[in-house]
Amino acid sequence: MSPHLLVHWALVLAMPPLLLGLATKTKAAFAGRVGPPLFQPYYDIVKLLRKGSVFSRTTSWVFRAGPVVGLVTAVAATGLVPLGGHPAPLSFEGDLVLFAYLFALGRFFTVAAALDTGSAFEGMGAAREAAFSALAEPALFLALVSLARASGSQSLTSMLGCGLANVWAHAGAALLLVAVSLFIVLLAENSRIPVDDPTTHLELTMIHEVMVLDHGGPALGFIEYGAAVKLFALGAIVVRVAVPFGTNAWAAWGIFAAAMLGLATAIGVVESVMARLRLVQVPLLLVTACLLSGFGIVLVAR
Amino acid sequence: MTGLSLAVGLLGLSGLAAVFLNGSPRLATGVAALGAVAACAAGLWPAVSVLTGGPPLAMKWVSAGAFGDFELGVDPLSAFFLVPLLGLGGVTAAYGREYLLAYQGRKWLGPPALFFNLLVASMVVVLTARTAVLFLIAWEVMSLSAYLLVSFDDELPEVRRAGWVFLICAHLGLACLTALFLLLDQHAHGLSFSAFLSAPPMGAGLSAGLFALAVVGFGVKAGFVPVHVWLPEAHAAAPSHVSALMSGVLIKLGLYGLLRTLTFLPRADWWGPTLIVVGLSGALFGITLALYQRDLKRVLAYSSIENVGLVTVGLGIAFWGASRNLPAVAALGALGALLHLWNHVLMKGLLFLAAGSGVHGAGTRDLERLGGLVKRMPHTAAALLVGSVAIAGLPPLNGFVSEWLLYRGLIGGGSAFGGAGGVLSLLSVGVVSGVGGLTALCFMRASGVALLGQARSDAAAQAHESSAWMTGPMWLLAALAGAAALFPGRLAAALAGTIGQLFGATVRASATAELSGLTRLGEVGFWLWVALGAAWVALAWLVRAPAPEVGTWDCGYAAPTSRMQYTARSFSQLFEDLLPSALRARAVLRAPRSYFPPAGSYATQCDDPLTRGLYLPFIASWADRFARLRWLQQGHLHMYLLYILVVVVLALAWVGWTGGVPP
Repeated sequence: MSPHLLVHWALVLAMPPLLLGLATKTKAAFAGRVGPPLFQPYYDIVKLLRKGSVFSRTTSWVFRAGPVVGLVTAVAATGLVPLGGHPAPLSFEGDLVLFAYLFALGRFFTVAAALDTGSAFEGMGAAREAAFSALAEPALFLALVSLARASGSQSLTSMLGCGLANVWAHAGAALLLVAVSLFIVLLAENSRIPVDDPTTHLELTMIHEVMVLDHGGPALGFIEYGAAVKLFALGAIVVRVAVPFGTNAWAAWGIFAAAMLGLATAIGVVESVMARLRLVQVPLLLVTACLLSGFGIVLVAR
Repeated sequence: MTGLSLAVGLLGLSGLAAVFLNGSPRLATGVAALGAVAACAAGLWPAVSVLTGGPPLAMKWVSAGAFGDFELGVDPLSAFFLVPLLGLGGVTAAYGREYLLAYQGRKWLGPPALFFNLLVASMVVVLTARTAVLFLIAWEVMSLSAYLLVSFDDELPEVRRAGWVFLICAHLGLACLTALFLLLDQHAHGLSFSAFLSAPPMGAGLSAGLFALAVVGFGVKAGFVPVHVWLPEAHAAAPSHVSALMSGVLIKLGLYGLLRTLTFLPRADWWGPTLIVVGLSGALFGITLALYQRDLKRVLAYSSIENVGLVTVGLGIAFWGASRNLPAVAALGALGALLHLWNHVLMKGLLFLAAGSGVHGAGTRDLERLGGLVKRMPHTAAALLVGSVAIAGLPPLNGFVSEWLLYRGLIGGGSAFGGAGGVLSLLSVGVVSGVGGLTALCFMRASGVALLGQARSDAAAQAHESSAWMTGPMWLLAALAGAAALFPGRLAAALAGTIGQLFGATVRASATAELSGLTRLGEVGFWLWVALGAAWVALAWLVRAPAPEVGTWDCGYAAPTSRMQYTARSFSQLFEDLLPSALRARAVLRAPRSYFPPAGSYATQCDDPLTRGLYLPFIASWADRFARLRWLQQGHLHMYLLYILVVVVLALAWVGWTGGVPP
């Protein structure tokens, strides 16, 4: 295994919870609090993995499949993303479709696990998650497709590789729209404000967190870690589009890691300065993301 | 050809035997099912051999008088459709026997067994016919036997209505097809397909007219929007093994007819974009309606409309790429369309068989009365879940492979077509991915509400698992769906002959070049299975300590009941509210009024918006006009004799005026 691949997997496995910690820390700073330690998400996950479990007697094997599929699909999706311009461990023509559909697979089983509990609250969260992600999917696809059209390739490694800086030079406006659209998708898919509030205390207003109310112990640990990895995977794409610098050198890893931390801070800033949208307005935000990507396509392909 | 003749003979004879043995239902259905399975096995061999590069088969039948010789043959295009027909036909015949036996003592089981075998046999003849007359006869036999099967539960008014709608639509489609073949006959001076192929070049106007007739006439069977209205009714009403065969194969024969007709016409530039638009609108409409249906089988039926739409999009890419001389794009579209068609046979066959088993066990198709089946019917539930994941196009199952090809074709076309065509192709990716997201939503809802949580009715709480004769076929189809995703390269290699016949040798060569990418995708799927298995084992190890079983937490409420669960309707409501009101389910509210109100009621009706908003008002307005002609119908014999005399005199006058009957 080449040293670059080692760095890739080390970042994928180790960095994601740090992003959550940094976003929380940023929000605390805005609120004038000290906030939990930066590494709190790591402690939480380790603690959860060592705990015992409780299962509802309504649930079946589907309930346990939810966390498993959610985590595996998120980690598998990171295997397709070129971090900081370095080639991804796995790349082939058309892998962008696999990237998007892996998340869909994870979502399918997370939703199924929520419905498996027979709880009204979890059913509500599941319905919201399913409906909103159905709208986020075209936005993500259109964004990836305009990148594909601009770079003339259908693999994430080539689309987001070293040539991206040149694409900025001749199709900068389109890439700007795409970056904004991807950022909205990132916020929606990872249940951040303004779509969902990960720290709210009222189940009625939640989306993602209410789906996993009945999970506990190692299963919840899988879910938390999977959610962090998913944020990392989508974040890596946003960061790469926004910061297209770097060659295949070691410095690129540093730029990438710094940019990821910047992204986490940006998420924290957005969460601090915005309120959550009313549920009926979320579709408007997602349709806006679709339109932005669509205009990106028109700009690239005209 | 011997194998296929044997298959048709066996199907007919065993079906007739079933009618004569009607007195003993177990024997009758057994003989018919055994005959059907044997016939499908016998017919599968020649079809597979043609598909894998063997020489095409041909046969000439007795001279049929004025209609010329009846020719039959199997070329790669026929074989491509024969393989799923015979495969799914055998599987559903085995399942159907057990399904029908539940009606033992209440209904005659011999006739439905005959009609099923007749349906399979007529579809074999449709696919092998090489003359228009034989094709149309077989097409009509197919429609009639399907009608007789759809009306199986004819004591229910909605089943009788579904049967009538099917019959009327089938004949309106047949009228278009008759016109199509008559026009072709006039142009080619012959009714055999070889005459159509060797006819002199056709004008653009005639060709466009024939294209439109084929899209409408065959589109009725295939379920193109807006001529799809029979499809959800008939699929919900028919016995489940018949729904599986209809959704799996019968509607695909509409696509066969369209493709067969297109081989007779000179290829035009605009076919591709037209088919893409037809396909996209069908896919979007189908999945939108599937989202909020209450009836599990109507969900599946609308999803078939969506999937036929996706196949049509793929065909559109293929024709567009071929006409623009972009073989790589055309190959992706063709591979995607044909592979998706096969995959849909597996997935939808599986889903209808599983839904049938659920209906059989729980006694209802209503999602709001199902629930909790995963505990009571573990095999059926697993099969329905596998089918749902597959049809949502999710890896690592087979639906993903073909949707992946469609996406690649559309994105590739967007780069290669350039200009407005490129933008259309790229924006189509957005529509297809939106359809994909909605499909996932739809099947999360259908499978989640039907299978998971608590039983929503006493019937579902008492549900019992079906016998191995019904779960076996489901597991077979589920295993095939998994295998098709692991070895897509080998599966797609069998499509080369069909692609060559439809789109030419250069497209075929490009398609062969794509096979390595497909094999690679199969390997990725394999490693995804491995990773899922490993994570499953890891979680099982982490929770190995005996876990206490408690009630669902439900935010502190101690006694959640099944009526507190999220319903199917509320699950889809968030999205339904975004739809234009014409497309939504109709709410019928009788609100209680006055100081001492009588009972109020609230009901939702998920009928088709086109039937409701377009066809029924149209038919009603014409019915009014025709009612004004009722005075013609006097009920006196001498008046009718007078009408006949008037018509004969007019006809003679017309013949005399135009100068005699043409020879």
